[in-house]
Amino acid sequence: MKQFEILGKKDTRSGFGEGLLEIGKKNPDVVALCADLTGSLKMDAFQKEFPDRFFQTGIAEANMIGMAAGMTIGGKIPYTGTFANFSTGRVYDQIRQSVAYSQKNVKICASHAGLTLGEDGATHQILEDVGMMRMLPHMTVIVPCDFNQTKQATMAIAEYNGPVYLRFGRPVVPVFIQPDAKFTIGKADVLIEGTDVTIIACGHLVWKSIEAARQLAEQGIHAEVINMHTIKPLDEKAILDSISKTKCVVTAEEHMLNGGLGDAVAQVLARHLPVPQEYIGVNDTFGESGTPDELMVKYGLDTPNIVEATKKVLTRIKP
Amino acid sequence: MEIQQLRAVASQVRRDIVRMVAGANSGHPGGSLGCADFLTVLYFEIMKHNPDHFSMDGKGEDLFFLSNGHISPVWYSVLARAGYFPIEELGTFRKINSRLQGHPSVDKKIPGVRMASGSLGQGLSNAIGAALTKKLNRDNALVYSLHGDGELQEGQIWEAAMYAAANKVDNLIATIDYNGRQIDGDVDDVLSLGDLKGKWQAFGWEVLEMDGHDYNSLIGTLNQAKQLTGKGKPIVIIMKTEMGQGVDYMVGSHKWHGVAPNAEQLQLALDQLEETLGDY
Repeated sequence: MKQFEILGKKDTRSGFGEGLLEIGKKNPDVVALCADLTGSLKMDAFQKEFPDRFFQTGIAEANMIGMAAGMTIGGKIPYTGTFANFSTGRVYDQIRQSVAYSQKNVKICASHAGLTLGEDGATHQILEDVGMMRMLPHMTVIVPCDFNQTKQATMAIAEYNGPVYLRFGRPVVPVFIQPDAKFTIGKADVLIEGTDVTIIACGHLVWKSIEAARQLAEQGIHAEVINMHTIKPLDEKAILDSISKTKCVVTAEEHMLNGGLGDAVAQVLARHLPVPQEYIGVNDTFGESGTPDELMVKYGLDTPNIVEATKKVLTRIKP
Repeated sequence: MEIQQLRAVASQVRRDIVRMVAGANSGHPGGSLGCADFLTVLYFEIMKHNPDHFSMDGKGEDLFFLSNGHISPVWYSVLARAGYFPIEELGTFRKINSRLQGHPSVDKKIPGVRMASGSLGQGLSNAIGAALTKKLNRDNALVYSLHGDGELQEGQIWEAAMYAAANKVDNLIATIDYNGRQIDGDVDDVLSLGDLKGKWQAFGWEVLEMDGHDYNSLIGTLNQAKQLTGKGKPIVIIMKTEMGQGVDYMVGSHKWHGVAPNAEQLQLALDQLEETLGDY
């Protein structure tokens, strides 16, 4: 089984900050907007390097999204930055009309997504954002798994012409994707090959899925682990190739079960290849205050939950 | 263009509006008729634009954003009459497979429209963004926007107003269609705007006022607004209009905000509006 070395520990939002600075240097059309969370989004380096291309909007997210849409007229590539909650739910209608329906080249960059925002609690822990964004026509939805991949994705979306939702987070987590790895929007990465079960994960759950696969291997179960960093457009071929081999799947995400990666995968399987599926995600409840690790355990998003779900799904395969 | 010619265009635009709305048996004639003179003057006299070769980026051109998208009939008519697309297409308004959606759409790729609108309150932010990009591109052309007065009840308008003044977005001329009416009745009764001029001044905007049906006022004030650009302040023009202007039984009543005339009412309206450029 392929082993993944931990290259370090970093937050994915810092990958965004580095990626934004680097793409800013390469592409003079890249501009950035932030609603009073420049430090939290790690956008300060871009702000310092390109003060004329950085737009502080104050705590006015609706105006920020509307302005970003307008800025595309004339060829700019705006990256908006705020927490995931204020990047989506608060401005859904602005994104729907001014960005998605109007097909504007806006990159909505959302930090502090999910439970791992931690102590601030449920008001800020959005778990519905991927669902909202993937329902919008024309929208691309990306949830990278670590610092390096977030940096790569941040740069890659500038090369793609169209609306993008890029979701990342606050906690310091293992870095395991190589810094020079190629990131392709819409192309899933098979991280570990296996024959018994497919685990499809995104974001912070990818590393936990790798850990789960390692534990399962010790028990003689060979899990295939797919990093589904692009939720939309979904790499249906990667899913079907793997599942035609393993005949069962576990999906894992830091999001509501309703509307997330698991739903997206289930839709593909229901149409093409129905197989047993188990879900790791938050089941129709709001989060609460706590440390990120405590929350992931309490809400069932930890490595042992993936191991358990994998064993359960295996029992559901008809002999 | 001479004022007489502008009036003739506006008369035809008003005919187009009532025919489009009647043809679709739905739409918003009141506000459309009220803004016919303004949009005619803007597109035929004030703006520097290129109807023959529409480009989304509009580099070097003045840009216009319609924030109150429900008055799409007047915009579509003015765009068609200015040459953005064939006037025959006006007959497809609100019908299946048309580029002329009930509210303006970019999705359907209709020349002249750069942003969808309909859900209110977003156009000022869009216009500010476009104005900022013009500055970054060292493009001296201007950005214009139009807003309903009822629309100013949306909070996003005031987020945008605060931003534009604080950041000296001075290549932007916003106009308010101040007709005092909205769907549920008089703006004063639904949710009063209070001291509207004072509000914009307090937000740091240069405020002008004009009569939206007096061509000398329209041309004079819009030219004055142009002169005031580049001086560190965004500009707003509070434009007094009458909803339904040009059709006697519609004038001044909120009841024609979003209702189509029937065949008899349409004829009554057309009898009052001279066909100047030929119906579509």
